Amino acid sequence: MNELRTMILDTADRIFRDKCDQTLIDAAEGGEWPADLWQTVEDAGLAVAAVPEEQGGAGGTIGDGLALLKVAGRYAAPLPLAETFLAGHLLAQAGASVPAGPLTVAPVHRGDPFDVPGGALHGVASKVPWAAQAVGLVVALPDGVALVDPADCRIEPGSAVSGDPRDTVIFDGAAVKVHALDDAPERLWRLGALTRSVQMAGALEAILDMTTQYVKDRVQFGRPIAKFQAVQQSLAVLAGQTAAASAAAENAIAAVEAGGGEAQIAVAKARCGEAASSAAEIAHQAHGAIGFTHEYALHQFTRRLWTWRDEFGGEPYWQGELGRMVAKAGADNLWAFATRSS
Amino acid sequence: MTDLSLTFEPRALAPEQEAIRDEIRAFLKDEYDRGTFARAQEAMAKHDFGFSERLGAAGFIGMTWPEEFGGRGLSFLDRYVVTEELMAAGAPCGAHWVADRQSGPLLIRYGTPEQRERFLPEIIAGKCYFCIGMSEPDSGSDLASIRTTAKKVDGGWLVNGTKLWTSNAHVSDYMIALVRTEPPSDDRHAGMSQMLIDLKSDGIDIQPVKNLAGHHHFNQEMFTDCFVPDDMVVGTVGNGWEQVMSELAYERSGPERFLSTFQMLVELVRAVGPDPDEIEARAIGRLTSHLMTLRNMALTVAGQLTDGELPATEAALVKDLSTNFCKEIPEVARLVYPPDAGAGDNMKYEEALATATLYAPSFTIQGGTREILRGMIARGLGLR
Repeated sequence: MNELRTMILDTADRIFRDKCDQTLIDAAEGGEWPADLWQTVEDAGLAVAAVPEEQGGAGGTIGDGLALLKVAGRYAAPLPLAETFLAGHLLAQAGASVPAGPLTVAPVHRGDPFDVPGGALHGVASKVPWAAQAVGLVVALPDGVALVDPADCRIEPGSAVSGDPRDTVIFDGAAVKVHALDDAPERLWRLGALTRSVQMAGALEAILDMTTQYVKDRVQFGRPIAKFQAVQQSLAVLAGQTAAASAAAENAIAAVEAGGGEAQIAVAKARCGEAASSAAEIAHQAHGAIGFTHEYALHQFTRRLWTWRDEFGGEPYWQGELGRMVAKAGADNLWAFATRSS
Repeated sequence: MTDLSLTFEPRALAPEQEAIRDEIRAFLKDEYDRGTFARAQEAMAKHDFGFSERLGAAGFIGMTWPEEFGGRGLSFLDRYVVTEELMAAGAPCGAHWVADRQSGPLLIRYGTPEQRERFLPEIIAGKCYFCIGMSEPDSGSDLASIRTTAKKVDGGWLVNGTKLWTSNAHVSDYMIALVRTEPPSDDRHAGMSQMLIDLKSDGIDIQPVKNLAGHHHFNQEMFTDCFVPDDMVVGTVGNGWEQVMSELAYERSGPERFLSTFQMLVELVRAVGPDPDEIEARAIGRLTSHLMTLRNMALTVAGQLTDGELPATEAALVKDLSTNFCKEIPEVARLVYPPDAGAGDNMKYEEALATATLYAPSFTIQGGTREILRGMIARGLGLR
């Protein structure tokens, strides 16, 4: 890992460890914008870490931005960091400058209809993360991206199982300037899938740590439940799922950074989603009743996994995509396909 | 919190490794084109002495050994690349497999100069084959409970006892056996030693143990006052346990672990064709997402070995995931593309499915059972 990335990740880790605790997450899920946490993150240059300096960012690579989201996932940070990363990336790719403040992206649902007759945006975007808190909404259109002021849209607030906002945004003729960018919706979809993959990989690491600690501390039948083989075996599976998710996410980051990543993103979203389902189940089982309470923080991570695994395409979608790539390559090219690095 | 690194940072291959990949691919293409082997599942189980000799002559055996012992002084990553190509191609590697990966390195580490001089050149030429004598009828996962004894006599040792599940003993020249040279004591791991046993010696009765597929890979060997000369003791008398453990640490996350039923997956892709339906596409995509992830994890471990680390827990974790994955392939295949689904030209698919199904039970047993591996992972997590 390069020096700059290590520095970015250390900074992020320190900020989230100091400020992003269970109480803050609770408050955010109750509708309170964590302004201080956002400001600290933004002041440290982390919100636009992967945006080039001349476009208003910190000049890191796309891999830096993604690795940072893994750290955010590890703390279940209730901020639109993935969305600001995606918005910043799309704007920067289209040659536009990136404004300060929290941003979000649309559409995140593939069926959402959009139309821009005469430069006026019409359409409905469903399940848009953090639309009500964002200062700018980057809409991916077939021929480019447009930065829309949320004040020019109608926003109906909603939330996901994660507890984070997922709003409906109604565009009713807002005047937009489209910055040309090929395949903007496709870019958003793919990179969106990767952000959710790395967020899941981060949350899984936190879940493994919490669960490992819990079974060491919890005493039943006169000894820590970690001493029971049944518990040990299921935690070993949890560790395996966590490691596989991390590996899949890290490899997709590396592939994207190398300029490719089509297959690796599909692998990452499919594998992390599968790991999320298995790991959440094991973690809750190991925690017993306490893990099912609101008082204990496990749900702040597992609920996010349950939302993230389905966003930007769940396992069925990405497994199907990957399967079609493999079938197209052909049986005798399976090995060559599987060993390509990007 | 844990001493287990779960990040599995990607390990990029260097141009040298891609060059070695080209080298082995060219070798394999030539062999395949000449029809010397048919792509087989369980490439480790198929032996072909001629293939082993040609592989040795081409420099693909003992690759990581120092040059002074005839090796190429290459890294674990270099060897990893060659091994994954051999396994993915289904090449018959059973004859030299153990000698190349375990016996040779053991002799380099613990052997006497005479032993090295006698065995290493033959191993590296692909002409001398070894098997591993560890398990016994009453000692499987609990290896420390072995009962085969070696009693000191003038000029050597007399070995008595029975070894079991020995792959390829019937086609090997030597066994490296773990034996008790002292009776069991409070320290269960004390008093064991490793000996090189010439399988042509008197006092050895080798009997085949057919597996459930009806194939002969396993053997049982009964030793009755079998004489082993002093110069065939490996390392230090009484140090056998430690030597064996160091040997095992290198074997757990090799590419063979996630490629045992790779040919089955290839045949599934072939069977569904270029235009799969949604169910078929998802099934193939899911298996491929596991395959690519496991391969990257194995690469990371090979990279750590190259860097001089000993990622024993990580290797156990990759093996656990990999062996479960290999077992899943035939089960997924039969549901997605039932064996009677094709138009009658389905022989290759059905054969692959039958072989994968029959061999699947062994994957999570051999080389450390699922339960033992998960126990190791739990220890890595600090639970025991």
